[in-house]
Order: sequence, then C-alpha cells, then structure tokens
Amino acid sequence: MSDKISTFTVSIYSENNIGLLNRISAIFLKRHINIESLTTSQSEIENIFRFVIVVNVSEIMIQRIIKQINKQIEVISSFYHKNEETIYLETALYKVKSKSLFNEKHIQKIIKKSQANIVTVSPDYFVIEKTGWREETEKLYKELEPYGLLQFVRSGRISVSKEPMNISNLLGLNTDK
Amino acid sequence: MKNINKISGAEAVIRSLIEEGVDLIYGYPGGAIMPIYDELYKFQDKLNHVLTRHEQGATHAAQGFSRVSGKVGVVMATSGPGATNLVTGIADAQIDSTPMVCITGQVASHLLGSDAFQETDIIGISTPVTKWNCQVTKAEDIPKVLAKAFYIAKSGRPGPVLIDITKDAQFELFNYNYQKCNSIRSYNPISTCSDDLFDKASKIINDSKKPFIVFGQGVILGNAESEFKKFIEKTGIPSAWTILGLSALPTDHYLNVGMVGMHGNYGPNVLTNECDLLIAVGMRFDDRVTGNLNTYAKQAKIIHLEIDPAEIDKNVKCDIALLGDVKSTLPKLTKLVNNNTHDKWLKTFSDYYKIEYDKVIHNEIYPTKIGLTMAEVIKEINIATNGNAVIVTDVGQHQMVACRYAKFNDSKSNVTSGGLGTMGFALPAALGAKMGAPEREVVAVIGDGGYQMTIQELGTIFQTGSAVKIVVLNNDFLGMVRQWQQMFFEKRYASTELINPDFVMIAKGYNIEANKVSKRSELTLAVKKMIESKKPYFLEVKVEKEDNVFPMIPTGASVSEIRLE
Repeated sequence: MSDKISTFTVSIYSENNIGLLNRISAIFLKRHINIESLTTSQSEIENIFRFVIVVNVSEIMIQRIIKQINKQIEVISSFYHKNEETIYLETALYKVKSKSLFNEKHIQKIIKKSQANIVTVSPDYFVIEKTGWREETEKLYKELEPYGLLQFVRSGRISVSKEPMNISNLLGLNTDK
Repeated sequence: MKNINKISGAEAVIRSLIEEGVDLIYGYPGGAIMPIYDELYKFQDKLNHVLTRHEQGATHAAQGFSRVSGKVGVVMATSGPGATNLVTGIADAQIDSTPMVCITGQVASHLLGSDAFQETDIIGISTPVTKWNCQVTKAEDIPKVLAKAFYIAKSGRPGPVLIDITKDAQFELFNYNYQKCNSIRSYNPISTCSDDLFDKASKIINDSKKPFIVFGQGVILGNAESEFKKFIEKTGIPSAWTILGLSALPTDHYLNVGMVGMHGNYGPNVLTNECDLLIAVGMRFDDRVTGNLNTYAKQAKIIHLEIDPAEIDKNVKCDIALLGDVKSTLPKLTKLVNNNTHDKWLKTFSDYYKIEYDKVIHNEIYPTKIGLTMAEVIKEINIATNGNAVIVTDVGQHQMVACRYAKFNDSKSNVTSGGLGTMGFALPAALGAKMGAPEREVVAVIGDGGYQMTIQELGTIFQTGSAVKIVVLNNDFLGMVRQWQQMFFEKRYASTELINPDFVMIAKGYNIEANKVSKRSELTLAVKKMIESKKPYFLEVKVEKEDNVFPMIPTGASVSEIRLE
C-alpha cells in the first residue's frame, strides 16, 4: 500500500439522523482533508441513507478514515473504492443565452456530439444537461464557455460499486437486492 | 418497564437517571435547565447533586468518579456558556475513553437558531469530541435517548455522550415508560476475531525469545486485571505500562518493568527496540509512547489486543490483531500459550533499571542538594499510604514524577489526564475520585500552574466535606514548559515563571486545613499529618525551581535514544 495520493469514493450506509453529516465531515476536517464532492440520498434499503464522498488521499489514510467513520454510532458500514472499482457519474447543468443557440450553429453540434440534453428552452436562455464523467462535463464546459455561460453547476459524484456491499446481511435483513 | 401517569420531560430525565442506577451528578444550574433542577430538588433523597464552582470542574469530577468506580459519570449544565464550559472535560473523556453522560439544557425549540439568550450550538461544538450526541426537542424522546446515551457511553470502548434537551421538552407532559437499551442496529461495540488468529498468536508467543508486553487502560476498563496477571505469569513476559495503564498491575509485581514513553523508564524504552515480540494490550500507541514511529520496534513482531478496530494499524502496523474486550481475549490466549519464563531477558530490564537508578532515581528520591525534589514527596506519600491510595495528578512535571515514583497495589488507583493533557484536571477529578471510592485515601498531586486553573473547586471540596488530600508541588514555574525552554529553546523562559499567591491562606479561606513545607526535615511529618487527617487537607511543598524530569525521549527521537540527563 502506498502513500501516493489518489481519488477514492467513500460509500457510507447510515441511519438518517440529524447531525450525522456534521459528524462525518468532522472526521475529514480533523485530518485537514478537503472533500471533493459529497452526495447524500436514500439507499436501496428502506430508511437507510447513503453518502457518497470523493476525496484525494493516500490509501493508508482512507483506510484509517473508513475505520473512524465505521466507529460512528449511526453508521452501519462504510467502504472505499478506487475509480475502476465503481460505476460513477456526475450531472452538470449549463445555462446559456438563447441567442447563442440560434446564432451559433456550432453550439448545436457541440451539444449533439457530447450527447448532452437540452432540458429547457426559453426566449432568454436554455439549459443543457450532461451526465457523465468529470472529463466529459469539463470538456463540454470548455466548449460552451466561449459562447457565454450564464450559470454552471455540477452535482457530486454518485456511484455504485461493482462488488456487492451486503448491507442487508449486516442489518440482518433478508432483502438483499 | 414501568408505567406512570403523565409526567414532565424534566421529571423523565430524573427518573431515567435513577433507572440507570445513577445516584450522583455533578453540575451547575442555569436558565435553560431549571425545570430539571426543579425535579432534582424533589428527588434529593435518591440523587445527590454536587454543585461545582465551574462546569469544567463538573466534567473532571465526573471523570475522576468514573475512573475509580468504573461507573458512568453524569454531568448537568445549562445552555450556552454552561454547555461550552463542558467541552474541555468532554474532549478529555473522549481521548481517555471515560464513560460520561452530559445533559445540557437548551433554549426552547421555537427559539433554536434565533441567537436567543444563552443559545449555542452545543451539538455542533461537541460533535468531534463525543462518542455520540443528540438533541431532544420532544419529551417523549427523553427516555429512549437517555437509555441509548448510557448504553453507548459504557459499552465497547467507553466515551462521553452529550444530550441537549430544549426547555419546552423539559416542560412537556407525556406518558413515561423506560426501557434500558441493549443494542443499536448500527452499532457494534465489541468486535471479534477468528480462533485461528489466537492459534497463530500463541505460536508466535511460544517461539519468542525476547517477548515484551505494553499494557494500557484497556486492562482497567475491561476489568481484566486478573486475566492479565494470569497471562503474564504463565508466559513470564516482562510487562510495561502506558500512563493510563498504570495500577492495572501492582507496581512491585516481579514482571512489572515500569513505564514506557517520553518520561518512562530506561529499560522498557530501550528494549522496545530489542524485543522480538511486542504484545500491545489495550493501548493505542500514542506518540508520547512511541517516539519516532519509523524506528519504533521495527525488529519485532507485533500482536495487538484491542477493542476498537480503528486503533488497529493506526500508528503501528501489527502482525496480528486480536479484536475484542481483553477480558475475553486474554483468557483465550492464556489457554493456548506454554508455561514459560524469560529470566535472562527479564534480567536485562533489571540491568537497565540499575543504570537508571544510579544515574537518576537515587538522586531524585534521596537527594543531597538543599532543594526538595518532587520525587521525594511522592516517596513520602508512598510510605504514608502504603501504596494503597488513589493518586490523582494534573499535567506536567509533577505528573510524570508522580507516575514514575508512585506505588500502587490496586487497580483503578491512578487518575490522570493522559491523552488530552488537561491542566486543571486534578483538583476536581480528585473530588470525584473521593466520592467514587469514599473508603479509599485520595491524594491529588498538582503543580502550581494547573492548580490555579481550577482552584475554585476548593469551594466544592469544602462544601461536600470530601476528605481529599491536596499536595501542590510548587516550583513557581510552569515546570514542563520551562524544561523544554531550557532544553530546546536556549533557556528563553517565555511566560513560564509564576508569581504565586499564598496558597495556604487560600485553602484556609475555604476552611480547609493547610500546611506548607520547604525543608526536607519537615516533609515526612507533614505528609504523615496530612494522610492521618480525616478531613480535606492542603499541603504545599516548595520544591527546587529548575529541576528537570529524566529520562526523556526528545520529540521526534526514537525510544532507544532516551536520555538519562
């Protein structure tokens, strides 16, 4: 195991209680680690919450962090994965002036080529959605930027692991999907 | 399970505490917790509330109580400053694994987030230093949250829990029903490991020529003193303690080779880097124990017996981790290992002890210079108490000296702030220790710096009449910082010299019998008189101003580079 910094996706299954987010982010804060992205949502199990956190740290550090996260009373279990061990995506929204869409033919080509979707079109602006890897949403950002981005936002990473996590077993539930 | 007609949330707090077997609370009232204090008034026959002079004092008293009794310490405080004043004690309890339940009042729920009078986000503030915390805004949640709080505080690796209760929840009426908590689905307090790991570990132990044990507070918290003794006596392995492991094994036990760490004994530190097997029992490889990790016990195989999986490989990578409560893992291992002795290896420790004795210890306990040494005071306390006392220490030179030289026959007798190093810990902790073990002699040994951080708790000692014996080793310096300034900052004594008040007069002001000693000829009698007193007693001993504590491992150095001078 190396001290080399790489990207890890942390998945946490937990109870859905007030304050747990604070408790988990404090574990990163205490070690002076920046959280690259954080997403929370319902999981595949009723009333069980899931966090997906992306950080750039060494594998030794992520192992220690996972142990500290597992130690939290309301955490059922947590895991870390390298990029190749997960299926992951991010969603980005780009708000562009409508004038650009109609005046610049090129922009339509960009949208088509990047397999992005147009979500909304209004007389003043239109909104493009692109779901994919960071490189893809960034590429589209760079391509659209010259036409003037009114707004840009990107979600945190969502990810599912290739290997099963067996949370239902941990909880003694017999509903592993 | 009990069913009573509707009661208030405040009454439910008190009834829940009684259900958990609590009979002693340390605390300080205020606006947001008044309904609970009003109920305390009605339940005075069942619950003794000790009014400390500062909320920090309440936390340390609860810690002292817990450390000697093994029970959960309970603390109450109001919102805002009452709650924030708990933080140091909570952090101390967290890092030293002390079970504690803190109950704070909070502004009414409709005022949350409005910056109301004495509102503070104590849940947010206490999150990183609690094992668990929870805010309650409905009375009906009080019994189950408190039941969870006690279960979490004392199970697995113990720690502090904070419950914040809004004032409206304290007033609200509801149908009370208490049920103890025995499990939480997301919480697994005691990890286990497979039997073949015990087989592997026992083989390594049997094959080892120079095995060495370092034991910590896990032995005490697990009530595993006799299991530990059986294990070392069967295997004949020399055993050294961390500062929080002190007193788990009697100091004069033939396999007790002393303390590891920065100011520990010469042999155990040097031989850490010569043993072929290091067995860590309920300890966490703190940096004050290991020195430079890159040169720590690299030649040795390492077996780690530990309850908390997060401690495995955190600082020192082990070959075998035996997860679980040492109360159950030690006997499993004892059954598998061979009867053995390591006389030649054990003699290496006594050879090193002889070197340390000649160079350091003898001069410290039998000094020939005029000024009194801290160690000779500890020696006198040992003689006067026959090693049967609970010794409570603060933080600094006196703490290291007391831990190095105090004799202990019984477990749960050493109370000190280890991980956090909280100056001001000792005086309130000694009060708590005396209340947790009233039949025992409790001697607080404190430096003149730390003493003044919580000196106001003399008022609590006076009011409760707890017969705490307080020894202040006064060198008119923040001694440990001064020692570092001397050694590493070319004697630039920045803000470490203290011009102290008349400590005897202060103690007398609190109606506590007090005495001061500055001559060696007066020391023995003064200590004897203090110990013989049946009341609280204060003894100031003027010690040499610029003495240093040795041996010492300088920060960042290897344990084998320990210096004797």
